[in-house]
Amino acid sequence: MTITKHSGKRNILTAAMAASLMLGAGAVQAEGKLSIYHWFEYIPQDLLDKFSAEHDIEVTMDTFDSNESMLASLKAGKLGSYDVSVPGDYMVEIMRNDGLLDSFDSSELANFGNIEEKWVDVDFDPGRKHSIPYQWGSTSFSVNRDVFDGNIRTTSLLFDPPESLEGKINMLDSQGEVMALASMHLGISQCTTDRAELESLFSLLLAAKPKWASFNSDGAKDVLVSGDAAVGMIWNGFGAKARAEGANIEYSYPDEGYVVWMDNVVLLKDAPNRANALKFMDFLLVPENIAAVTNFAQYTAGVKGVSDLLDAELKASPEANPPADAPAGTFVQACGEETQVFYDKIWTALKK
Amino acid sequence: MAGGTLQNTGVDGAAFAGLRHRLLFPSWLTIGVLLVIPVLLMLVYSFLTKEFRGGVVWEFSLAAYDQFFFDRGLFGDEPVKIEWTYINIFIRSIVQASLATVFCLLIGFPTAYYIATRPASSRAIWLFMITVPYWVNLLIRTVSMKFLIRDTGPLNHWLMQAGLISEPFHIINTNIAVQLGLFYSYLPFMVLPIYAAVERFDFALVEAAHDLYANRWTTLRRILIPVVRPGVIAGCILVFVPSLGAFLAPDLLGGAKNFMIGSLIEEQFRGSAGNWPFGAAASMILLSLVLLVLMYYARSESRRP
Repeated sequence: MTITKHSGKRNILTAAMAASLMLGAGAVQAEGKLSIYHWFEYIPQDLLDKFSAEHDIEVTMDTFDSNESMLASLKAGKLGSYDVSVPGDYMVEIMRNDGLLDSFDSSELANFGNIEEKWVDVDFDPGRKHSIPYQWGSTSFSVNRDVFDGNIRTTSLLFDPPESLEGKINMLDSQGEVMALASMHLGISQCTTDRAELESLFSLLLAAKPKWASFNSDGAKDVLVSGDAAVGMIWNGFGAKARAEGANIEYSYPDEGYVVWMDNVVLLKDAPNRANALKFMDFLLVPENIAAVTNFAQYTAGVKGVSDLLDAELKASPEANPPADAPAGTFVQACGEETQVFYDKIWTALKK
Repeated sequence: MAGGTLQNTGVDGAAFAGLRHRLLFPSWLTIGVLLVIPVLLMLVYSFLTKEFRGGVVWEFSLAAYDQFFFDRGLFGDEPVKIEWTYINIFIRSIVQASLATVFCLLIGFPTAYYIATRPASSRAIWLFMITVPYWVNLLIRTVSMKFLIRDTGPLNHWLMQAGLISEPFHIINTNIAVQLGLFYSYLPFMVLPIYAAVERFDFALVEAAHDLYANRWTTLRRILIPVVRPGVIAGCILVFVPSLGAFLAPDLLGGAKNFMIGSLIEEQFRGSAGNWPFGAAASMILLSLVLLVLMYYARSESRRP
């Protein structure tokens, strides 16, 4: 998994170079092919094989480890070489505004009607003109119960941790999610441009950083399993996997709030195999297919008729079922340039 | 030299003069396309205006260099000060790269000397053993290192079993771990050039020195080191330069907490910052520093008798 991350890293460097040299080189039209740009460890190989067999389509897949790195790679010249990608909610909006997405008509997807009603008309893609739901879930953190037995339903464990947890906290290396959770901790709105609020955000994070052990996204599960981290910011399904691998951890739905996200399969602009991309999207709207993803990734699908097909263990999983009194989660917002400049300064200052 | 060789074989050298240029063409093409053009592109990009979330606007701007050197506070309205953030990242990288070079030299020199003084038949085996681990991808070696040194890893396990320590020795996610990663990654780049130099060394010179009453230390200092010096310097450059731009070790072993130059630049292209001109500017500043080091070396070498 780490391997995919860094092969992604190299890909982007080569991509940047190749892009500069091969501007204007047209996309290669190939029959019976599909090129996917996907998150690491997020689709079972069996399912890809099944799609290949059903449609006689050769599938290739590259992976990325953050929405931002995917965007950068596409902007650096990879657009036109992939058919579909799987950006998170706010990134769909960014890509849509930047003209990186192709649109389709709902009639082009036979299974469009399978999308759950609440996920059809979403803010980041009203009416689903460019995307279909893939999986949704939450971002919060898991706590090792052997190390800490107090109340875990507070973001203080990340941003103002008790002494016993200092130096044992792993954060996701994901600016948007860290900033969003920190904002919820302070009770300020996301993407604020208010000076005092930004300053308090800055000092909160600067004070918290020495208490963190590391920033790691693709290793977020491993550090919890190995015990390197006692508190690990993590996506709920990834946290469930860490628990399944033997870590005595509990996933928190903090009272201050937590991030909810939805990853979506998007049709990329200049897709070399547009028709096959639509076949793939249709394929992922079949309940038993997307249920296979859910059983693998342990998040939640946005398609009707999936729940009966899920593993019993997943259905009862504490990561997938927030306690009744937990607040609703909040989507990460795509901040404007003004806020983003501050966020970048804060982020660099955190890592200098 | 090549022309001479050709003439010695009795072939008409003039006929090959043109061919020689043609034979060099692939090298020039490779250097031009893969080196000069990308560097020039970086140079141009560093003077362009950034586009929000990655990309550039084709308008001249000094903003990237301004951001690197000048600090106007979080909100950009304070009096101008020197921006230490990035300079400090560069200083940390230079210190780490220098330390890695010193450690590689301390371990690499005796190793290379030892191998070069073995009988010719066994040298190949020693060299093979030095290079074997490096047939494995750097990423995999770095991840393995991470497993090895973590608090619950084998290293701490052994040390505690042996009773040398009672608490796990905390290395992972510290600058020490980064240093260990750099040192381990680039050690053979130090061993191999020094080996090549020592292997060519004529040990009759050592005997001559001893005949003239030089002790071992003087022989090492006055005879061996000056002769193998080019190999040592080549090794130092080969370790220092890639260490300076490393990002795997700080990312994986350092917990991505403290940027080195490589991670800073990477963040500009792949991270949320999406500031390509700034990434390009930082690359150009790094490149200039490396060139300065190399030019200093070239000059001091050409001055030598």
